[in-house]
Amino acid sequence: MWPRRTFLGAACAALALPVAAQFRVEISGVGATQLPIAIARFRGEEGSPQPISAIVRADLERSGGFRGLDVPAAMDETSAPAFAELRGRGADALVAGSVTRLADGRYDVRYKLWDVVKGADQGGQSYAVTVADLRLAAHRIADAVYEKLTGDKGVFSTRIAYVTRAGRRFTLRITDADGEGGQAALASPEPIISPAWSPDGRQLAYVSFESQKAVVWVQDVQSGARRKLADFRGSNSAPAFSPDGSQLAVTLTRDGGSQLYLMPAAGGSPRRITTSNAIDTEAVFSRDGRQIYFVSDRGGGPQIYRMPAGGGAAERVTFTGSYNISPDLSPDGRTLAYVSRQGNVFRLTTLDLAGGSINQLTDTSDDESPSFAPNGKLLIYATRAGGRDVLMTTTLDGKIKTRLLSSGLDVREPTWGPYGR
Amino acid sequence: MNALRGGAIALAVALAGCSSSVPLNNDKAQVETRTPQPVNAGGATGSGASQSQVTSVDLGAGKSQAMDPAMRTVYFDFDSYVVKDDYRNVIEANAKRLAANRGQKMMVEGHTDERGGSEYNLALGQKRAEAVVKSLETLGASDAQLEAVSFGKERPAAQGSNEEAWAKNRRAELKDK
Repeated sequence: MWPRRTFLGAACAALALPVAAQFRVEISGVGATQLPIAIARFRGEEGSPQPISAIVRADLERSGGFRGLDVPAAMDETSAPAFAELRGRGADALVAGSVTRLADGRYDVRYKLWDVVKGADQGGQSYAVTVADLRLAAHRIADAVYEKLTGDKGVFSTRIAYVTRAGRRFTLRITDADGEGGQAALASPEPIISPAWSPDGRQLAYVSFESQKAVVWVQDVQSGARRKLADFRGSNSAPAFSPDGSQLAVTLTRDGGSQLYLMPAAGGSPRRITTSNAIDTEAVFSRDGRQIYFVSDRGGGPQIYRMPAGGGAAERVTFTGSYNISPDLSPDGRTLAYVSRQGNVFRLTTLDLAGGSINQLTDTSDDESPSFAPNGKLLIYATRAGGRDVLMTTTLDGKIKTRLLSSGLDVREPTWGPYGR
Repeated sequence: MNALRGGAIALAVALAGCSSSVPLNNDKAQVETRTPQPVNAGGATGSGASQSQVTSVDLGAGKSQAMDPAMRTVYFDFDSYVVKDDYRNVIEANAKRLAANRGQKMMVEGHTDERGGSEYNLALGQKRAEAVVKSLETLGASDAQLEAVSFGKERPAAQGSNEEAWAKNRRAELKDK
């Protein structure tokens, strides 16, 4: 394991400035422990369509575990680092590399990581990628560095989906985990809500109002092929894939009232799994597939409950506050993230399911749609800032927050995709 | 709502009986929207005596956009699904029109204000739409003519984050299909 030198966050700047002008990532907060890592500008980067080192640095800083430092000297993965000088600048680790255009039009991206304290080579990698995958290569470098230095798997090369609104144009977008490199999966003059990834990251389920009512669709991300999964009488909403991808939980009103049903992922007949006189909605599977967490107002206000995935007795999970909605479960099953209303304030909250401790992660007032990163270390959520709907990520202790996509569009309904793409 | 329902229950039962012969496509019902078959002109309509009168009313009325919007919208109190007595005339007029023309279908769209999550608001809007549908059925419209759907907070009638806008957005809209 890396000999980590503790760095007291209190001594570091509370606001790290954006790392590059074209890069709309704002990071704020003070982490308890941030590893100072020097990141050199990659050789050949000025001729690359993507600012590789800036992407790597922003990724690492967004995780809350790192503080990026500049390297003034020009260097690449073959250089002999000036360790003494880097130690003097407070660096514990160093990343350097290069971007070279290949004869076939692809790019060769290389990096190396060093332990500055020990003066030791920590290994590197080379990626030959198309222009379209240059950002992916940068994210893979950040993932490799993150895993080497923290022991946890990185999520920088994963993707997120969210919905933007500009006037009456709604767009379901898929982007890199940093909110950049966006591609439209669906554009519509009617609202789109509740995107949900299939466990293999190849499909997105969502609710589209294109036929003047809520219908659940499933779309293949790569080909764009789409099909209706649930278009029954009334409203069809809140899709959630089971962890094995074989079925989806949905909310249907075809029998009156919003109730939970299971449907085969390939389509078919729904099977009702709740029978209450109340609203039952927003199902999410536990990662082992055995339980479903959902929102119900059977006790008066909306609270989060759980029940066996095949149906059965439900037990209440949230007891603090009169309005708790939009649950998501951490990959290890220990932490529940949700939105809790206190007065007129809607706030991202976590509950330690074993210990029962509750943690409010934000000081904003309109938080929505929390979604865990696949390594469980970060949450993405929507909130309002400066009169706009924006996306934020936060560490689970709430200390490091990043605002994604301050691009002037209203952004909502984020959902974090799985590993792999 | 209870008083409204109680007062007209006899009428509702009588009319429900009349419409029970409307054929439903049972095969499709399992996997598709349960769209009822259109009613034949000479078939299962409500009261035979007012047949010709019915046709002219429907044609004259046209689609919902052409009608008085005040007769097409029911507003709700905060966190409430009760169809207030203020909207008795809206419910009565639409129920009467539906009862008189069994071929006419209607979507009832529930809406909420912007506060809270999109899915829970979708369910709240659905509850409002279903409350309006129940009121219409109590006064003589048939289940096969009506579909309750919700837009949640996704399609506000008024912009703004204040009580005035919110009150305009907590509504159900009655739209001819």
